[in-house]
Amino acid sequence: MMRKEVVLSDVVIKFAGDSGDGMQLTGSQFTNSTALLGIDLATFPDFPAEIRAPQGTIPGVSGYQLRFSSNPIFTPGDLCDVLVAMNAAALKTNLSQLKKGGKIIANSDGFDAKNLRLANYSEAVNPLEDGSLDNYELIKMDVTKMTREALKDVALGMKEKDRAKNMFVLGFLYFMYNRSLDNSIEFLKVKFGKKDEILNSNIKALQAGYNYGDTTETFTTTYSVASAKMEPGEYRSIMGNQSIAFGLIAASQKSGLQLFLGSYPITPATDILHDLAKYKNFGIKTFQAEDEIAAITSAIGASYGGSMGVTTTSGPGMALKSEAMGLAVMLEIPLLIINIQRGGPSTGLPTKTEQSDLMQAYYGRNGECPMPIISASTPSDCFNAVYEAFKISVQHMTPVIFLSDGYIANGAEPWRFPKSEDLSSIEVKVKTSLEDGEEKLLPYKRDEKMVRSWIIPGTEGLEHRIGGLEKENLTGNISYNTDNHQLMVKIRQAKVDRIAEYIPLQTLDSGPIKGDLLVLGWGSTYGSIKSAVADLQSQGKSVAHAHLRHLRPFPKNLGEILKNYDTVLVPEINNGQLIRIIRDVYFVDAKGYNKIMGIPMTKTELVEEFGKYL
Amino acid sequence: MSEVTTAPVLTAKDFVTDQEVRWCPGCGDYSILAQVQKVMPTIGVPKENIVIVSGIGCSSRFPYYMNTYGMHSIHGRATAIASGLKAARPELSVWVVTGDGDGLSIGGNHTIHLLRRNFDLNVLLFNNQIYGLTKGQYSPTSEENKVTKSTPFGSIDHPFNPLALALGADATFVARSMDRDPKHLQNMLTRSHQHKGASFLEIYQNCNIFNDGTFETFTEKSTKAEQVLFLEQGKPLLFGAGNNKGIKLDGFTPKVVNLEEGYSADDLWIHDEKDIYKAQILVRIFDDPKTEGHLPRPFGVFYETDRKCYEEVMEQQIAAAKAKKPADLDKLLRGNEVWTIN
Repeated sequence: MMRKEVVLSDVVIKFAGDSGDGMQLTGSQFTNSTALLGIDLATFPDFPAEIRAPQGTIPGVSGYQLRFSSNPIFTPGDLCDVLVAMNAAALKTNLSQLKKGGKIIANSDGFDAKNLRLANYSEAVNPLEDGSLDNYELIKMDVTKMTREALKDVALGMKEKDRAKNMFVLGFLYFMYNRSLDNSIEFLKVKFGKKDEILNSNIKALQAGYNYGDTTETFTTTYSVASAKMEPGEYRSIMGNQSIAFGLIAASQKSGLQLFLGSYPITPATDILHDLAKYKNFGIKTFQAEDEIAAITSAIGASYGGSMGVTTTSGPGMALKSEAMGLAVMLEIPLLIINIQRGGPSTGLPTKTEQSDLMQAYYGRNGECPMPIISASTPSDCFNAVYEAFKISVQHMTPVIFLSDGYIANGAEPWRFPKSEDLSSIEVKVKTSLEDGEEKLLPYKRDEKMVRSWIIPGTEGLEHRIGGLEKENLTGNISYNTDNHQLMVKIRQAKVDRIAEYIPLQTLDSGPIKGDLLVLGWGSTYGSIKSAVADLQSQGKSVAHAHLRHLRPFPKNLGEILKNYDTVLVPEINNGQLIRIIRDVYFVDAKGYNKIMGIPMTKTELVEEFGKYL
Repeated sequence: MSEVTTAPVLTAKDFVTDQEVRWCPGCGDYSILAQVQKVMPTIGVPKENIVIVSGIGCSSRFPYYMNTYGMHSIHGRATAIASGLKAARPELSVWVVTGDGDGLSIGGNHTIHLLRRNFDLNVLLFNNQIYGLTKGQYSPTSEENKVTKSTPFGSIDHPFNPLALALGADATFVARSMDRDPKHLQNMLTRSHQHKGASFLEIYQNCNIFNDGTFETFTEKSTKAEQVLFLEQGKPLLFGAGNNKGIKLDGFTPKVVNLEEGYSADDLWIHDEKDIYKAQILVRIFDDPKTEGHLPRPFGVFYETDRKCYEEVMEQQIAAAKAKKPADLDKLLRGNEVWTIN
């Protein structure tokens, strides 16, 4: 049979099904096969807060959006070209995100009377049959039936066989996009190596899906996307939380400091604990504490002992840690607090993304308690950003807050991974004895950076006591002296402010150095802002984009940059947090754009919003 | 001839700091500090390897007065900080100084988790049955009906039995001592140090300002013999003037018998620190000394057992992982699936 192969430049696929349907696995497998072809990609997994919400219902829908392109891309796409809907609820939830004329690959078995009812369709109205999808290209297939048929010789129960449905769909998509099955077969062998029957059923279903596409004459077109023109080099795929784990390991190796992670499981940060727990061969100590407070205080204990103490959490957990963060500020020891933000307040939206902990990071502690804050913009950027946070913490003897969010944490993108020899060095200074002429230890004596010495237990002759009570300048002894307290508050602030002397100047991501509009962003809005700004620039608009990594202290030249534009616009996935700080620090009448829906901003909405100022 | 160098012999004075001790005059903490300073030179640990971690409360000022490494941290968290420190630095001798409020109320959670994990460190719980630093509120060990500033009509809280709590959390060393018995306290401090695993030592400590005399019946010469039962390994449970009384186990019930009335030491309960079942009964001997027919309060080591220490197993896992797969950062960053763009 003659089949047409169409070359596309940009495709967005959304895999959607019940949370038990294995859509995250299907999506990530398709992602890996895409990555290995050198195609640029961005992903957006979107799952419910419940592990297994009632089957077939709208709250139970789990989705995985993948965009891949032969051009460099920075977002997982606003609307989909292809929607895989394993059941009626998946279709109902995601149809509005499908482009007009887009493809729907629907598992017809998921549209029976019960599924339609659970998805709040009236039972008499099956969207696959009533013509309501006429504006789309509808591909109906009874995945359940065909999977069972393919596995009829496998000695597994019906329930187990049905678990392989997602592999059938994956196989079919591999056919549609001209992909090889080899990589996924290898993956399945590793995953189910010891469970012969399950491995066998998954491979058979995968092949059956592929063959179904290949042998059925209905499918006359297949598609391919060429590899992207990216910077030459070796690439791998990386997810945000994994990137943080790697950054921490790399910093530990380069600094020679033992890494200690104190952590309590919390969505969406837990994967960092999972990842680091695997790498004991790097000497990493992970400690699953009894609560968030023990997680950070154990890390403080480890840092006091000369390790790099790290704690990972999300918004509610950081709230519980605030008192201990204050202790670390008083002790002036290294410590990293990594917050993977999610929707709040309280338990909020645990699996949805938000940038609403910036104020908490800035001000959420008792007393005058300044701490440096660093944020990451993309999954691969987490590596460099956390490496830098580690370095600042150790070299400036201060706890540092690192902000990522759920969108970055679970998203994947290609990463031109560095060689270890190319990573910057992290020099660690530990005081091991009194210097010549130094008669008595002064634990709070400072160097030109205003940084005190790291003196760790076990060092003979330097025994001393530190604690959370206000300390006398230089000696570190308890002091209730009024002048001393004012002095120490100012010193702790100046120490953090002075870090601005040691971090890179702010640069523009794109655009003119003077102009009509500057879009100032931070964190996970990077890709959407970049794409929207690029669109407007190609229309000749005077718009620039700056994206902040250093949120406290700000880069020294930020104030100068802000003055060069008629308007400064700060888009945030919160109710306006960075904007308040910017207005406060720089007296700039910045404008805000705030979306607080638990989902990322789209390029389309940003183009429209930015356009209002151009 | 090779030169033989020996560590200088230290004395209690070497463990005194230049800081003015700021407890109220007459506070039981002074005696505890003195005993700790006396014991430290004898345990065979270099001074620089000793770390004292405390939380918040009167007792938690302790580190400032000990010329070792020390951290005065935040309320209730000393146990968690010490856990992290010990995990990171197993070779250090770590001592947690906490109180009944710090260790059993705000920090109760961390205390029980430290004990079940069995880090090899020592928890000294100064129990004065009152909140002293906040000027006299009832604590989680205060007796029922106690009238304090926050309970003008009497406390309706049922108190913790600290040793039963520790044993319930599977502590591997459970002991009790008192501020007013220096020799016994020194002995218990030494035993705490010698035990490999988490040692839980409750120390009755008099707060002469807000709860004066609460342990008087156990500490005063006139009543001590009748009210205190000193536990000694392998010895019968004897008390009273001239050890004229003993404890006999009647089934699972401890009973007081009089040796002058036909009982001999052979009839008595022989103390065995290794017996968890007997330890469960011992920690429950917790009668109010004011009640008729009460049992004397036991002091000493109630229970000791060997169990793997958390930090030890952690080190073993790391060593095994390193032996199996040497750390290779480039290999890690590269992963298994790489593609090249030319």
